[in-house]
Formats: sequence, C-alpha cells, structure tokens
Amino acid sequence: MKLLQVENLKTTFHIDAGQVQAVRGISFHVEKGESIGIVGESGSGKSVSMLSLLKLLPDNATLTADNILFDGAQMVNTSQKAMRKMLGRDIGMIFQDPMTSLNPLFTVGEQIIEPLRIHQKLSKEAARQRAIEILRMVEIPSPEKRLKQYPHEFSGGMRQRVMIAIALSCSPKLLIADEPTTALDVTIQAQILDLMRDLKDKLNVSIVMITHDLGVIANMCNRIIVMYGGTIVEQGTTREIFYKPRHPYTWGLLRSIPQFTEGEKKKLISIPGSPPDLLRPPAGCAFTSRCPYAMKVCEKQPPQSVALSETHQAACWLMHPKAANHMREVIG
Amino acid sequence: MAGYIVKRFFASILTMFVLITITFFLMHAVPGGPFSPAEERKVPKSVMEKMEEKFGLNEPLSVQYVNYLKSIAQGDLGFSFKQSDVTVNELISRGFPVSAKVGLVAIVVALIVGMLLGITSAIKRGKWADWASMIFATVGISIPNFVITVLMLFLFAVVLKLLPTYGLSSWKHYILPVIGLAFGPIAYIARLMRSSMLEVMRQDYILTARAKGVPEYRVIFKHALKNAIIPIVTYLGPLVAALLTGSFIVERVFSIPGIGRDFVTGISDRDYSVILGLTVFLGLFIIVANFIVDVLYAIIDRRVKIEE
Repeated sequence: MKLLQVENLKTTFHIDAGQVQAVRGISFHVEKGESIGIVGESGSGKSVSMLSLLKLLPDNATLTADNILFDGAQMVNTSQKAMRKMLGRDIGMIFQDPMTSLNPLFTVGEQIIEPLRIHQKLSKEAARQRAIEILRMVEIPSPEKRLKQYPHEFSGGMRQRVMIAIALSCSPKLLIADEPTTALDVTIQAQILDLMRDLKDKLNVSIVMITHDLGVIANMCNRIIVMYGGTIVEQGTTREIFYKPRHPYTWGLLRSIPQFTEGEKKKLISIPGSPPDLLRPPAGCAFTSRCPYAMKVCEKQPPQSVALSETHQAACWLMHPKAANHMREVIG
Repeated sequence: MAGYIVKRFFASILTMFVLITITFFLMHAVPGGPFSPAEERKVPKSVMEKMEEKFGLNEPLSVQYVNYLKSIAQGDLGFSFKQSDVTVNELISRGFPVSAKVGLVAIVVALIVGMLLGITSAIKRGKWADWASMIFATVGISIPNFVITVLMLFLFAVVLKLLPTYGLSSWKHYILPVIGLAFGPIAYIARLMRSSMLEVMRQDYILTARAKGVPEYRVIFKHALKNAIIPIVTYLGPLVAALLTGSFIVERVFSIPGIGRDFVTGISDRDYSVILGLTVFLGLFIIVANFIVDVLYAIIDRRVKIEE
C-alpha cells in the first residue's frame, strides 16, 4: 500500500534575480510502514521538496505537481490552512537543529501538549498524561519533572528526543526527519537513530529521512533516493544503491564516505566542482560539469529515468541502450 | 533574589545622589534666581534680602546643598519658592494622578496600536499594509510631538470644532492629549515590533510550530509574539516613566494640571525646590520602572537569571 505518492513535483522560488528552480520534477513514493532515505548535498532540493509538500515554504515559493496522493487523498491544491490540520496529526516532522527547534519561552510540556490539544481535543489533564507517556516512550527520565522545564535545561540529544516526542505525539502515519542527527555528536547520533528505529517498528510509522550522510541511512532505511540539482538521479533499495549503484553521482557519494582502515592512510575523496546554479539550471543533466564520464548528449538533453529492476531506477545517459557497450560494461 | 534587590537598591541610591547633585549645581549655575526682579517690577533690596533669608538662599551654596540632602533624606522636598503655601510634595500628589491618568491611557493606546501595526507590517512584508504602516511610523518618529499636537488641536478643535481644546472633564478631553502623547511611541513601537517580529518568524521554532499543525494566527500571536515582545518590554521602562510623569508640551498645550506643566512653570520661574523635587521624583520613577522591567524580563524569558 502506498502511503505517499508524488509525481512530477516542481518547486520554484521567485526572487528578485529571477526564478530558482529548487526542485525540478521529481517522482517517488513511500510505502506504508517503510522508511526511505533521501540523500544529496546541500541545495540538492531534498529539504525543499519535503517542505513544499507540506506547504511549509514561504510565500515566494510555488509548487506544481501532477499528483500528490497522501493516504489516497489528492493534496496538490490543498490550501495551507487545510494542510495545517493534517500536520502534526497525520504527518510529523523533526528538524536538524534541536537547539533552535524548540521555542525557548515555553516549557517542554506546553510544547508537547499543544498538538494533542489541537488535533485530539484532549483535556488538559489527559494531554498531560499522554505527554508523560510519550516522554517515557522516547526514554526521557523522570518525565513528570521534565515537563515543567524549559528547553535550555535539556541537552542537545534530549531536545531531539523531545522533538521526536512532539512529532509522534498524535501517532502520525508519516514521520519526516530532516537531518535529525546532523547537529548531534556521534554517540548521541547513534542513540537517536536506535530510538527512531525502535519507534518505527513499535508505532508502524513510515519514515522519510533526509540526510547527506549515507552512513546514517545504511541501516535505517529500506530504500534510498539520491537527489542532485533538484532532480532524482537514482533510487533503489538500500542494497541496490550500496552494492549496484549506477549513477556517477552515487558513485562519488559512496566513494567520499571516510574509510577507517587500519594501517594505510587514505586521502579523503571528494567530488570536484560545485553544484549547478538553479537560477540558470543546465539544459542537460545537472551533474555534467562534474561527471568524469560526461558525453556530448549529457550537456544538451536531460536523461530519462531508466528502470534497472522493479525497484531500481537511474537517470543517466550511460544507461541508455544506445550508449557504447563497453561503457555499460564498465558500469555493469 | 533578595541579594539582587539589595544590590539594586544601593545602586539606585547612588544614582539618585548623582542626579540630585548634578541638577542642584547646574540649576544654581544658571544666572538669576527665584526672586530675581522682573524688568518692570523693582523690589526693594531689603525685601529681597528678607526673602532670600527665609528660604536660606543667603547661605553658601555648599550649606544649601547639605541642607537639601538632609531634608530629602526625610522625604521632604520643601516648599515651593513661588507658591509659598504649597509644598513640593503636595504639588506632586496633586499633579501626578492627573498626569498618570492621561499617561496610562496613552501607554495602553501606544502599546496596542504600535504592536498591531508592527505585527501587521511584519506579516504583510512588502505588501501595501507594510508600506502604509512604515510610512506612518517614519512620519511619526520624524515629526516632534508638539507639532503634531498643535496641528491636531487646530484641526479637530478649532476648524472642525469636534473636540475640546483644554481640560480633562470628559472622555472627549482625553482624545487629543492621548494621541499627542502616544503618537511618537506608536511609531517607535511599530518599527521595533516589525523588525523583532521579522527576526522571530525566521526562527526554527516557528517552523516547528507550523509543522505541529498550529494554526497560523496562533503561531503569530502565541509562539512568535512572546519572543518578539522582549525588545518592547525593554522600551516599556523609559516609556512608562516618561508618560506617567507627564509630558511638558502636551500638558502645557492642553492646560492639563499635571506635573509636566508644573515642571515647565517651575523652570521658567526658577523655582528651585520644584525643579529639584520633580527631577528627583522623575528619576525615582525611571529607576523603579526599569527595575520592574528587569523582573518582567526574567518572568518572560526563564533563561535570564535575575541573580546575575
């Protein structure tokens, strides 16, 4: 069963200098109960695509799509106001920096209770009880006491647990996590990821995890979407992306994961060049200028997505049937 | 908390001492005195000497200064030099309630109108509502309040004959003085509120609130406002002190018997005890208002520790 299905989503920011095409026609879906990872570097459109789905972008952003189906309901033209009613109830969201994501002037309790009161119309006392329950679920010790405290009395990891508690308080069907561990140190990262994995199974919630760290999603997500320059360049199961990557950008991403092998010292590998200017997006494939295998056609025409298996697709001219056979052998 | 209050108390006494000293000597440095003869009316020299003796003006300045400090330590601000049957304490207890009443209305009006203008213009950033309120605010800050007061007096009282020109006997009498008093603060608060609100609306926790499904009006008036209001609270201290203790110009223009008017009369009469007494009262008021603002700060934002 598909929980979320998006077809040809485009998001454009209208600024004085022109139009920034932040997301340029992406299609993907999320199954019920699965977790998918969206990877890509800063500015690849991974956060923007999610925020625009949820109508959380500023007024100068416009969205078009052929289809946005959430739980069977069409959401392309859903107003911001109607969307608000679904947010927090059907869709929960957590953000990158727990230090700034909580309102400093309200107690943690008030912030957890708020969506419960709005969406589930719980009484004050019932909402408080539920809040204690959720804090216990995200493994925050002495929740009764913690409810009355302000965010500055919590550590970064604890605050991210609070954010998770808020996002999951109304038992949503979908949890969108926008780089939830980027701002945390490594040991805390692991704890938060463990917690999210646990809760996913316990609550049967689908997760969309946005990150630039392939390591984070490797043992968290069933499927991975790789984004570059506002487009999806490759998507497939985690196994396919890690063991049979087909897009040169995915190769670059995988190569640039730091390797800690004993003995030999390896240089950290990076992808040379910089991402495309989305104010003037390239006519062809966005990765052309940084791609070591770029051909003439890559500059001129955007590649179509090629299905490599039922679950695996890559948008690259190298996958085209007419691409030189020896090239395909190199890749294959 | 107790230690903090004690510390603030002693700091306040020191501030008051410096204020009194500077005012005292500056005032005496100005040529002439309360009994300097007016051009047209010559007072016999013997009468002058008698009067100066009665008020202690014949003593050396240092002795007068010490005497004043002694009496003020007992809360006695002395007799008015010009209205010799009235003490300065009486003058304040008569004039302050009048000033405070007009001032309080002006503060409430300034806060409500200023904040609403600022919030509107932050939310409708770049739209016509933003332009309109910012043009209003810029005009309000640039034009001195006596110009606005006199213009309004002319328009509404003289030309249109809609509102009374002086006194405070009905609610209609309040309209012009309150607008006169609130105009500048409205403009200032609107600008402050706009920039503060724009800053706050960019914060991550606003996105969190929206992502929780909080309706937009609640995002603005609950989550954003509580954060954005902090600079306004800071401005509130001096504003309350200035408006409650009366405005020199507005009270003068509308003949309102408040202490602002007494101050102006006191200065032109060189009524030493009135000038000093009112300065001390105003100073004390500002100190107390600022103290309340600091406490309010800590109540709004728990990260602020009052002990520090």
